[in-house]
Amino acid sequence: MSIEEQILEEFTSKEYEHGWSVDFEADETPLGINEDIIRFISAKKEEPEWLLRWRLEAFRLWQKMEEPKWANVSYPMIDFQAIKYYSAPKQEKKPNSLDEVDPELLKTFERLGISLQEQKRLTGVAIDAVIDSVSVATTFKDKLSELGIIFCSFSEAVQEHPELVRKYIGSVVPSNDNYYAALNSAVFSDGSFCYIPKGVRCPMELSTYFRINAANTGQFERTLIIADEGSYVSYLEGCTAPMRDENQLHAAVVEIYAAKNAEVKYSTVQNWYPGDKNGKGGIYNFVTKRGICVGDYAKISWTQVETGSAVTWKYPSCILKGDHSVGEFYSVAVTNNHQQADTGTKMLHIGKNTRSRIVSKGISAGKSQNSYRGQVEVMKRAENARNFSQCDSLLMGSLCGAHTFPYIDIKNKTAQVEHEATTSKVGEDQIFYCQQRGIDEENAVALIVNGFAKEVMNKLPMEFAVEAQKLLALTLEGSVG
Amino acid sequence: MISIKNVQASIEDKEILRGIDLEVNTGEVHAIMGPNGSGKSTLASILAGREDYEITSGSVEYFGEDLLKFDPEERAQKGIFLAFQYPVEIPGVSTTNFMKTAINKIRESRGEKALDAVNFLNLMKEKMKLVDIDQSLLSRSLNEGFSGGEKKRNEIFQMAMLEPKLAILDETDSGLDIDALKIVANGVNKLKSKNNATIVVTHYQRLLDYIAPDFVHVLYKGKIVKSGDKNLALELEEKGYDWIKEEVALV
Ligand SMILES: Nc1ncnc2c1ncn2[C@@H]1O[C@H](COP(=O)(O)OP(=O)(O)O)[C@@H](O)[C@H]1O
Ligand SMILES: [Mg+2]
Repeated sequence: MSIEEQILEEFTSKEYEHGWSVDFEADETPLGINEDIIRFISAKKEEPEWLLRWRLEAFRLWQKMEEPKWANVSYPMIDFQAIKYYSAPKQEKKPNSLDEVDPELLKTFERLGISLQEQKRLTGVAIDAVIDSVSVATTFKDKLSELGIIFCSFSEAVQEHPELVRKYIGSVVPSNDNYYAALNSAVFSDGSFCYIPKGVRCPMELSTYFRINAANTGQFERTLIIADEGSYVSYLEGCTAPMRDENQLHAAVVEIYAAKNAEVKYSTVQNWYPGDKNGKGGIYNFVTKRGICVGDYAKISWTQVETGSAVTWKYPSCILKGDHSVGEFYSVAVTNNHQQADTGTKMLHIGKNTRSRIVSKGISAGKSQNSYRGQVEVMKRAENARNFSQCDSLLMGSLCGAHTFPYIDIKNKTAQVEHEATTSKVGEDQIFYCQQRGIDEENAVALIVNGFAKEVMNKLPMEFAVEAQKLLALTLEGSVG
Repeated sequence: MISIKNVQASIEDKEILRGIDLEVNTGEVHAIMGPNGSGKSTLASILAGREDYEITSGSVEYFGEDLLKFDPEERAQKGIFLAFQYPVEIPGVSTTNFMKTAINKIRESRGEKALDAVNFLNLMKEKMKLVDIDQSLLSRSLNEGFSGGEKKRNEIFQMAMLEPKLAILDETDSGLDIDALKIVANGVNKLKSKNNATIVVTHYQRLLDYIAPDFVHVLYKGKIVKSGDKNLALELEEKGYDWIKEEVALV
């Protein structure tokens, strides 16, 4: 047996750190989905009639749709009638401030490493935290509202700013966009809402933490970010889930709307439970994320560090409609054990002089499969569109796979599209070199992998970058090759 | 300091080292010379703990301990340093970052606290001067796109940073022009003390003009066939290796 294989054999998967669950009294629907369930959710949230109709319409569309099968992932058929579509931790009444939030919930967040109180005082990061289906607490709301920034849970936005929600919901990701987007539109439970008014630079990072807690529960959150003309916002999203034997479904939708001269940075550190080392359990993460640069010179930048989930199906995309608008996608996707990831982006160039940049770093270890899927489309009208794509894969051991599926579709001759791809292996030589300097194998791998992913990690806001680095190391612990 | 006794080693059943005996004390500089393929790098790798080789017999004692039972990183933590003949590239990791990780791991193994940013920077500055290396090189990805000379100089810089007890330089002179050679030699000489030792592996006599060895050994076909003082190196320079080969053939 080669050293590589031996080390792989020794594979001691670090237990998933966030794997515990708390017993709240949950307020929840029975298993399964039908129109009554949707009416229940909508009523629970005291939604206006138009939103209920919107949900029901999405549900009817969904029923006629088929689960997509084109991704390079395989998993058993999902029984959509065996999922709970709504589970809210029970609270006596709506909290007005953090002090009124259920202390058990707050403890949950502290165990997650995000004490809201701490965050509130120290970091200057405004947080909206969503457990299972309900948004629990949003910090810093007052300070933000002075600037006219709205940052709240989706449900709250439906109550307080129905005109904005009605105008923009589904405008970037229509409910018939794809199977999971349709399902989300029908049953979405909560999520975050953000509006940055004209000319305002949001002075702090806005952050959302998602956590699935209850068993058999799907999480279907919806995020809507609207950046009005000349505004700027940097938005962070983090997620975790407890360890469970059965697979759980997460089907979120994120919509970003960027007006003229607006800039939105959206960063994700995804750490859903990936399943155990034999591939049992874990989250199915089927997410639709899309942004539209509606106005000229608008810019949307996606940065993601994907370490969790059993199966990931996710393609944060940009529609570059405004002239001179810019789309970026920076991704690190790590898979280990039996994880499968099919992730990438889609850049749709519609406006003139639009530019897009794609940097994808895939790291595969164990028996995992890691696919990059990217599409660059240049429409007829898009004079001088430019795209640069860089897709690098790093393999650890010989049992994993890395795949690249770049699609390019150009309808304008002036377009300049470049694609570069590399595949490399973490070499024994590199590890020995590190060891010779006193760095043990685990740390050597962490160092090499973080070096490989550096270009993307550098795009993350500071407080996230540190966490992301640790996560990379953690995900790959023991997987040297 | 280190006592190598009858070390035999092979790779994939091919015998490479056929009984090496070598004794190095603190304060000494030993040169190991020999034609290509004679096993010099293999010996260096075995001391550093590379696992590709099977050690079929013999022993290595280092400060009274059995060296061979330690992992490579433990050996490094105990003060063994190898300047590689072919330093490896690590994309995205700067020398600075690499050294910070290395130093703190070594300190951790000794129960010492991690160096804070200020002390680390001061140490860097001091050692940069010693080997005349530029900050910009240290900020770049380790060895990526470095010239041959830059790689070797970087190895010596790392050696200066880690202050090893036993430094093994594997053909650090190859690929260096005369100025770079002097800088490297100067670095090695300045780091020399009565508490550490150096094994200089080289193919040519050239480096030994600047690093004066106390002992010179000739390694040929996996055995040390001749040992002497620095005059042996001069003799080799003059006559080449053929006379050694003939002597060995006669035995
Ligand atoms: N990994 C290896 N696999 C097979 N043979 C090797 C390997 N490493 C070294 N050798 C062989 O061992 C012998 C000694 O090599 P080496 O120690 O590199 O010599 P030197 O450094 O003196 O030039 C050579 O014949 C070389 O081909
Ligand atoms: Mg050699």
